[in-house]
Amino acid sequence: MPKRTDIKSILLIGSGPIVIGQASEFDYSGTQACRVLRDEGYRVILVNSNPATIMTDPEFADRTYVEPLDVDVVSAIIERERPDALLPTLGGQTALNLAIALAEAGVLDQYGVELIGASVEAIHTAENRERFKSAMTEIGLAVPASGFAYQLDEAEKVGDEVGYPVIVRPSFIMGGGGTGIAADGEELLRLAETGLAASPISEILIEKSIAGWKEYELEVMRDHADNCVVVCSIENLDPMGVHTGDSITVAPAQTLSDVEYQHMRDAAFACIRRIGVDTGGSNIQFAVDPTTGEMVVIEMNPRVSRSSALASKATGFPIAKIAARLAVGYTLDEIPNDITRMTPASFEPTIDYVVTKVPRWAFEKFPGTSGVLGTRMQSVGEAMAIGRTFPESLQKGLRSLEHGRWGLNCDPGEAALDPLDDDELVRRSAVATPDRPFQLEAALRRGITVERLHHATGVDPWFLDQIAQITEERAWLAGAGFAGMTRRDWRRAKRLGFADAQLAWLWGQDEGAVRAARLAAGVRPTFKTVDTCGAEFEATTPYHYSTYEDEDEAKGGQRPTVVILGSGPNRIGQGIEFDYCCVHASFALRDAGFETVMVNCNPETVSTDYDTSDRLYFEPLTFEDVMNVLDVEKEHLVGVIVSLGGQTPLKLAGRIPTELVLGTPPAAIDEAEDRERWSALCARLGIPQPEGGIAADLPAALRITGQIGYPALVRPSYVLGGRAMEIVYDDDGLARAMAELATFGSADQAGMAGSLGREGGLSAERPVLIDRFLEDATEVDVDAVRDATGEVLIGGIMEHVEEAGVHSGDSACAIPAPTLGAAVIQTIEGHTRAIAEALGVKGLLNVQYAVQRETVGGEPPRHNVYVIEANPRASRTVPFVAKATGVPLAKVAARVMVGATLAALRVEGVLKPPAPGTHVSVKEAVLPFNRFPDVDTLLGPEMRATGEVMGIGATFGLAFAKSQTAAGDRLPERGTVFLSLADRDKPGGLVAARRFVELGFALAATGGTAAYLQEHGVPVGEVVGKMGQPRSAVDLVASGEIDLVVNTPRGRGPRADGGYIRRAANVAGVPCLTTAAAALAAAGGIADWARHGLSVRSLQEYHEEGQQRLDL
Amino acid sequence: MTDALLVLADGTTFEGEAMGAEVEVATGEVVFNTVLAGYQEVITDPSYAGQVIAFTYPHIGNYGISEADSESARPFCRGVIVRDLARRPSSWRSTVDLGTWLASHGVPGITGIDTRRLTRHIREAGSMPCAFGTAGETTLKEAAAAERGTDGIDLVSGVTTPVRYTVGDGPLRVVAFDYGIKRSILRILGEIATVEVVPADTPAPELLFNPPDGVFLSNGPGDPGAVGYAVGHIGTMLGQVPIFGICLGHQLLATALGGETYKLPFGHHGGNHPVKRVSDDAVEITSQNHSYAVEEGSLSDADVTHVNLNDGVIEGIRCRDLPAFSVQYHPEAGPGPHDARYLFKEFEDLMRSHKAGGGLY
Repeated sequence: MPKRTDIKSILLIGSGPIVIGQASEFDYSGTQACRVLRDEGYRVILVNSNPATIMTDPEFADRTYVEPLDVDVVSAIIERERPDALLPTLGGQTALNLAIALAEAGVLDQYGVELIGASVEAIHTAENRERFKSAMTEIGLAVPASGFAYQLDEAEKVGDEVGYPVIVRPSFIMGGGGTGIAADGEELLRLAETGLAASPISEILIEKSIAGWKEYELEVMRDHADNCVVVCSIENLDPMGVHTGDSITVAPAQTLSDVEYQHMRDAAFACIRRIGVDTGGSNIQFAVDPTTGEMVVIEMNPRVSRSSALASKATGFPIAKIAARLAVGYTLDEIPNDITRMTPASFEPTIDYVVTKVPRWAFEKFPGTSGVLGTRMQSVGEAMAIGRTFPESLQKGLRSLEHGRWGLNCDPGEAALDPLDDDELVRRSAVATPDRPFQLEAALRRGITVERLHHATGVDPWFLDQIAQITEERAWLAGAGFAGMTRRDWRRAKRLGFADAQLAWLWGQDEGAVRAARLAAGVRPTFKTVDTCGAEFEATTPYHYSTYEDEDEAKGGQRPTVVILGSGPNRIGQGIEFDYCCVHASFALRDAGFETVMVNCNPETVSTDYDTSDRLYFEPLTFEDVMNVLDVEKEHLVGVIVSLGGQTPLKLAGRIPTELVLGTPPAAIDEAEDRERWSALCARLGIPQPEGGIAADLPAALRITGQIGYPALVRPSYVLGGRAMEIVYDDDGLARAMAELATFGSADQAGMAGSLGREGGLSAERPVLIDRFLEDATEVDVDAVRDATGEVLIGGIMEHVEEAGVHSGDSACAIPAPTLGAAVIQTIEGHTRAIAEALGVKGLLNVQYAVQRETVGGEPPRHNVYVIEANPRASRTVPFVAKATGVPLAKVAARVMVGATLAALRVEGVLKPPAPGTHVSVKEAVLPFNRFPDVDTLLGPEMRATGEVMGIGATFGLAFAKSQTAAGDRLPERGTVFLSLADRDKPGGLVAARRFVELGFALAATGGTAAYLQEHGVPVGEVVGKMGQPRSAVDLVASGEIDLVVNTPRGRGPRADGGYIRRAANVAGVPCLTTAAAALAAAGGIADWARHGLSVRSLQEYHEEGQQRLDL
Repeated sequence: MTDALLVLADGTTFEGEAMGAEVEVATGEVVFNTVLAGYQEVITDPSYAGQVIAFTYPHIGNYGISEADSESARPFCRGVIVRDLARRPSSWRSTVDLGTWLASHGVPGITGIDTRRLTRHIREAGSMPCAFGTAGETTLKEAAAAERGTDGIDLVSGVTTPVRYTVGDGPLRVVAFDYGIKRSILRILGEIATVEVVPADTPAPELLFNPPDGVFLSNGPGDPGAVGYAVGHIGTMLGQVPIFGICLGHQLLATALGGETYKLPFGHHGGNHPVKRVSDDAVEITSQNHSYAVEEGSLSDADVTHVNLNDGVIEGIRCRDLPAFSVQYHPEAGPGPHDARYLFKEFEDLMRSHKAGGGLY
């Protein structure tokens, strides 16, 4: 049946900010859906609060609302746009939950909006664990013994009935938030409490734990004619007990016989039919008892998921694209397979390679977390690798992580495990942590048997034996030696995934020498094609991976070609924003007639969609792997873009032949990074910097602070995301910080420490930077583009809400700058132009400034502008600037890098003159504290945000309020505000407190804060005591009587009380602001929200309005 | 492991290592199969007689061998080509690893092959004879050139049962012509009928003396044109008893109905082929293993019931006026998806309605 003609417009809901468990895979799926639905002629209305997404680019939908994903807001959008249908299955759990809420609020009925893709009934049956369980039992599928609880006492009863250990799963949550395994009643009660709170319907499933069983997933699609196909099977390396998002997973399933696999396939189809997902993709998880083959269904997601993004990239079968088409009435056989073009989508992909996904964690960012993996997902990103065999893909996957490991051991990092005795090594491997694969290899290398490791870890013997083949080969290679290698030997080693760097390390050789010898032996990589069909049909889509075989299928280009290096796995500090920039570069350069080539290894992204670029190489971003691609593409290669994918490609800039690096020359990048040369440059330009210096040890550091005084900002060079950055207030603090920095890089606690070492390390070459910390300064971020003629385009000037000292990635910021005067802006613009000129920037430049207000005597205050740092590369804020101003900075920068001038781009229409809109845009960071309940939520110089949201409004207050709602901390309209302020924040806090009172809020405060407020005539309703006293601040916050917490740290010293208060707010889900500036912004937002009420507008309207005003 | 070579009839050479039964020279017609799991069922499918099976999925042997999964008493194929043979299988069902099991059945193999290159080559150049083993390149080239392949050769006589035997205890009575029948077919038929399995050349009049409720024409190896004797018997039975054919059985039924068959360039061998059921446009994902197919338009008295969505090949026919139908693919799966199991029910229904003296359905 062809597409439906009774619907004309479709509302699509995105997944909002990147959070743990819900990442850029939904930008990938949503972008695909937008494209497909528009191609089919539908009017697409999109709502998503995340400005860093490709899908929210105005050209991907007819109307794009960057607005909070909230029932009121989306109702207002529905009222305005009157869509015929709502497609909720491509925006993750967020979209699904919101769709259900809209349906239940009667909004969909009121405006006649049809839910397509999945019905409310189906969503409920899949998501409500009680209904799911009975539905599965009804169709004869086994589920683990379990029971439901709605209250704590019920939980205990169910636990006793089911028998321990049990697993707790809250209903209607994603990414396993609030889940865990309890060994006894006491642990159960603790888990049940958080679980009940995490579930929006206060329901938890308590299930007999089947930890140790093998875990599988099937990605299934169904059309309205009831045709079902399995797109991909996935087997987890880690057995049940580790969240699938935290497991190393492998596609296809490796250890299932066809008999068992077909049994699972039948069960999956029975499941999707019973749940009633009419059209689209679903993910169904199974567990299999390795000793009997007994199979149980764990859960099903009636929507596209992280796994379906992985399955799409793993097979070449674009699940989201096809799901969107199925939702509007097509059947699978009516949709062509994009890759073969000649065959239909109604088939099951078969693959002739092995795909391994490896998660990337950020435990080093969250002191206090254990690093132990469990049923709650904690990873912040993932890498995927393709190889012809599992050992090859595993080694490629591990080196794709960019955690400083070059593969499965055989690198400097492996020494961390040397001190452990055999029993300790086995004992540690039994606990799932990020180190497990390395521990398994090390154990096998010591001769510990596959049986013993299987018994200890539950990892299937087949996987262990595959790892053992890597181990045995390594031993052989060590024995044979570098000089004795024949062509067959090289080929065998490379086929097991060994990187040149690993072999060089093993033999004590230089990587270059190893590479040269290997090439001289005639062993070079071959590129194969991901084609959905195991080569049965010809593929038209050049989606490649490298391996060591006979035949190379990659052909290189016909026209001038630009290679774009992507940003690798998402991590804190380097997320979707950089993928956005890479994708934009690809689009812009394709439009300009270049062939574009993407190299990346992140399966969640739009950049690794096979039709984003002319050619896609799914490869690790290491020197060796990137050079392999450049070799294939060399004939028509114009150059390589290294400056859009964050630190990952930038780190390679120095090793890639300089003449191939497009844009700002690597030397200029170094000049900006090298502290002394940078300071000299600033001095030459007459741009003030905070005083400071560089030190490689404590005495040198003390000499610097002796000159510049305290507080001082201490940070390592060459890192993104403020890794290990700290503000110190005295010599003791400095000593502590230096000691901490010195231990990064050593890996005595394997996997946990050492992250800094992995990202650059501390040495004379990579010393510590120590700067005078500018207290109470306003931080400003600027994104600009300079072309080869020297013209500089100032893309956006962002004023941060939180003061300098809070990492820019964790701070809210606004465009246009709400408080900066024209003179300050002029100074900032002037400095930016001068820096761009001096560095010879060709492309993007991000500069950070601190503006300090200085009052001398009775004179009017002066504003001193200091430059903090400059980075001649794409920044995290580029997409936000583009959404706020309508200027496609990344596209412009990509064109400039290949030689276009800004003037020419204006003529071409790529660059429109900046449009003076009347709106204010606020970007707010989204932090993963709900995943790490024991972590202090205080913001600091180390970035911990996983994502961002954007609020747009007529005033700063409205935009700020929207950004808070979008970030999940909806500001209260009434109630009680609790304040606990450090002395230095009291004047600022007083202003905010006054406004809260004017707005009708009651106040509560700790003793000192209350006294200060009362002294200044602000009434405080309740005064609470310190920790330990009856009715402490923590008790009050935990009681649920507080609607907003403002807690700023006291003097930045030990801050136990504050920490407990913030943690209580985190657990109770009360919005918590940790700076006076944010409190003031919130008060303004609440006031404006009350005055103006809610209004929504699309990006297209904002941008058009700006252009119209310009035309007048 | 011992180094070995694979050489195709056109001289293309691949490097690998010997596995299974170690031989200097083995020959056969090379075909590729795209299943991800189910290697044991494939290798024991008698339809591969005369052929060397190349698996496109690189890791083969991961879950070992379990006797229950064999489709016949032993493998009839001439060899197995893989990218990576699992040296240590893992499955609670497994009793032996694939390499040892192949050796015990005297089946040679070669591992470490760039099977994707091989597949692409066959896709472009068509199925062709090959030779592989530990012998030198010249010897293997000569052997490959001398190998006759499967065209025009009666491979059925080498795999059919020499004696009659009975399986199953279902209420109906079915005679199954064994052209190379798979156990999973017998397992399913055995649930609906008591199945008497007879040699491929069993004369029809002998059977019609005591007519069964239905006749089943099994799958089998090679060129349908080379088993003319079977066609004659089928012609005799047509209209007398309900007939259901699978794979070679389908080709032979079509031939008996006056249709023609032809050889596909590289056949259909895998578990993911989409087939459209003409009656209601439903799509079945099917298990397939055939190098020959029925020529479109060559049948005047039968309707096409199933069509391959990839390339339009006829996948099923049904006689307009006689109780007979057949499919080119494998509804019994083994290995493969179970989507088409309903066809056995249709056979059962056809037999019952015929028995009751009713119409065709």
